[in-house]
Amino acid sequence: MNAPQQGFKERADAELKNAVLKIAIDRTTGNAERKRAVAVAAFPEFQAARARGRAIKDHVIAHLDHYLEMFERNATAAGATVHWASDDAEARAIITRICLEADAKLVTRAKSMLGEEIGLPHALADAGIERVETDLAEHIIQLAGERPSHIVWPAMHRTREQVAILFKEAHHPPPAADDPATMVQSARRELRAKFLGADVGISGANFLVADTGATCTVTNEGNAELTTTPPRIHIVTAGIEKLVPSTAHAFALLRLLVRSATGGEMTQYTTFHCGPKRPGDADGPEEMHIVLVDNGRTRMLADEFRPMLRCIRCGACMNHCVVYRQIGGHAYGGTYPGPMGAVLTPVLDGLAQSRDLPHACTMNGRCAEVCPVEIPLPTLLRAWRTRSWRERLEPRSVRAALGLWAMAARRPWLYRLGSRIGVRALRLFGRRGWIGSLPLVGGWTAYRDLPRPSGRTFMEQYRAGQAGRAGQTGREARK
Amino acid sequence: MSAKSNPRVGLFLTCLVDAIRPGIGFAAIQLLEEAGCRVEVPQAQTCCGQPALNSGDDKDAADLARRTIAAFEGHDYVVLPSGSCAGTMVHAYPELLAGDPEWAARARDLAARAHEITSFLVDVMGYRPQGRRLDATATYHDSCAGLRELGIAAQPRALLASVEGLEMRGLEGNDVCCGFGGTFCVKYSSISNAIVTEKAEAVERTGADLLLSGDLGCLMNMAGKLHRRGAKTRCFHTIEVVAGRAGGPAIGEEG
Ligand code: SF4
Repeated sequence: MNAPQQGFKERADAELKNAVLKIAIDRTTGNAERKRAVAVAAFPEFQAARARGRAIKDHVIAHLDHYLEMFERNATAAGATVHWASDDAEARAIITRICLEADAKLVTRAKSMLGEEIGLPHALADAGIERVETDLAEHIIQLAGERPSHIVWPAMHRTREQVAILFKEAHHPPPAADDPATMVQSARRELRAKFLGADVGISGANFLVADTGATCTVTNEGNAELTTTPPRIHIVTAGIEKLVPSTAHAFALLRLLVRSATGGEMTQYTTFHCGPKRPGDADGPEEMHIVLVDNGRTRMLADEFRPMLRCIRCGACMNHCVVYRQIGGHAYGGTYPGPMGAVLTPVLDGLAQSRDLPHACTMNGRCAEVCPVEIPLPTLLRAWRTRSWRERLEPRSVRAALGLWAMAARRPWLYRLGSRIGVRALRLFGRRGWIGSLPLVGGWTAYRDLPRPSGRTFMEQYRAGQAGRAGQTGREARK
Repeated sequence: MSAKSNPRVGLFLTCLVDAIRPGIGFAAIQLLEEAGCRVEVPQAQTCCGQPALNSGDDKDAADLARRTIAAFEGHDYVVLPSGSCAGTMVHAYPELLAGDPEWAARARDLAARAHEITSFLVDVMGYRPQGRRLDATATYHDSCAGLRELGIAAQPRALLASVEGLEMRGLEGNDVCCGFGGTFCVKYSSISNAIVTEKAEAVERTGADLLLSGDLGCLMNMAGKLHRRGAKTRCFHTIEVVAGRAGGPAIGEEG
């Protein structure tokens, strides 16, 4: 349900030229990076908490069938209806059917990346249902007709100044000023009217609690509560990997999630939804539906990408990624950007469509260092590279060049000869130590100079030195 | 003499040092000998296999791993002037060959003997340079593989602290990738450029005379960008400074 990813390089190049985007990315990710560092430093047991978070997720993943059944049993007992969707199309069909059967005209939606993953916004539009995004950032991108560029701050690619322009055009009446407080007020006025008139509210879930059958959402705006409580019907969409055994486990993961995402200790709102309105309840939906989505997840269970199922969608990996911080989220072309997106997008949309993503990484390892559930992201990206090579998705020229190189590298004498010739050839280019332009490595010299090799190879000099001082190993023999 | 006090060390050059800057190899030999090692340079070595590994070509990578393991079988230690090639031996080889009954144990054995040079000098040999002097200001970039795969951070700084007259200046984002990434810098050159531009700006802001680091690939990337920008920063491998060789030409300077 996603746009094709081909054209990654073109998109990245376009974004690199977008100076405003860079300002927006640096503001948000820079802030997140600083605040996370402070929060982690103030939490001495952070590393132990990470190990525990990882263990909780691994345990659930290893016993997924058990906890899914437990969750279904308890959610049903609480009065909710549980639906199973094996892929995005099935999930869309289930949700639109519930909406149409309820004769819904207006649906409010609280931010959920799973909703994006299954293509829910389009599906609702196709069914002729009006959709109102209640999350401020989602409201912004809905007005702009865009997709999220970050999993925590969907509109982070837009500066405050750009949002002010957008609101002036779309809000009635337009905001009186463009300071953040006035703009938030304006959005609130615009949105609140819709909250109360909605027939269906759709939210995601940060956790599915198996032993109570509750779903848990965390937000800082309180919009999830207004999405899930007033409408007659509440639909929750969640990936099956969101399960935790109990509420205590949800809190163990929350401590990691919030610190890693925003550097806070706790979100403003943490809500557990357990079934629809009961007799005597003051408010709440009459029906609660929970749509559990697989969409490639059980496939991951069985292959080398299994650790990715631990992901709690905190966004720390992208905030600390040098590539994401240059090109932003849209260039990735999938639902999920950054390091976690580069692992997930090939699962969701196919490797042939997205082979650039696992390759567009320097393997610097910072993402894995900050991941609160210790996902070895570079290892997983490398696993995609291995598949891409095996499935012959790499360009012919790359395969040929590497094949030639590997052939020489197996033969030390040939490799040395190649180095000697290469060094001498390189010395034909450039002047005064630097090469400013060179065929074959134009990607290098377009942007930086290449230092000219200093002379003969080490091996040549070393062997000459050895011959000159027979028996004595070591010291450099300078000419 | 015992292996402990006078170990037999095999030096793995790395492709870039062999071809682009042999002086780093000679600095390595000098320091290892000063630390009391017997140094050999096995002639059967070629490349550690990273280009294949990073391209997903595991078969060629495993093949080169086997050859490298065989070339260094008799040495007490294998020492490399690169965190990224050392990381490949320490972490990637055992993984690549885990399913190969004949080679798995040999890969683990090599992994246990392989060390990046600054960490080897400090942690294994307890070495500090004597009587080195360099009147200059310098800043240090932590190359990613060394830092995150091998935990190298304190060792190069400890060695540099023993060089008299050398004033170290902090680098903003010292642990952030420079954008090299092996073939990444050519395959995704515009992204790499954006990353290394920020790195060069940070280096320039320190006002230091020298930029030091432990991986020639990263150094070439940063030096090449600094030179293109017209910056005067001179770039050296850490061990060139520690070995007292910073009087000679820096990366890209003609000797
Ligand atoms: S991969 Fe790790 S760091 Fe990235 S979003 Fe998931 S949990 Fe957070």
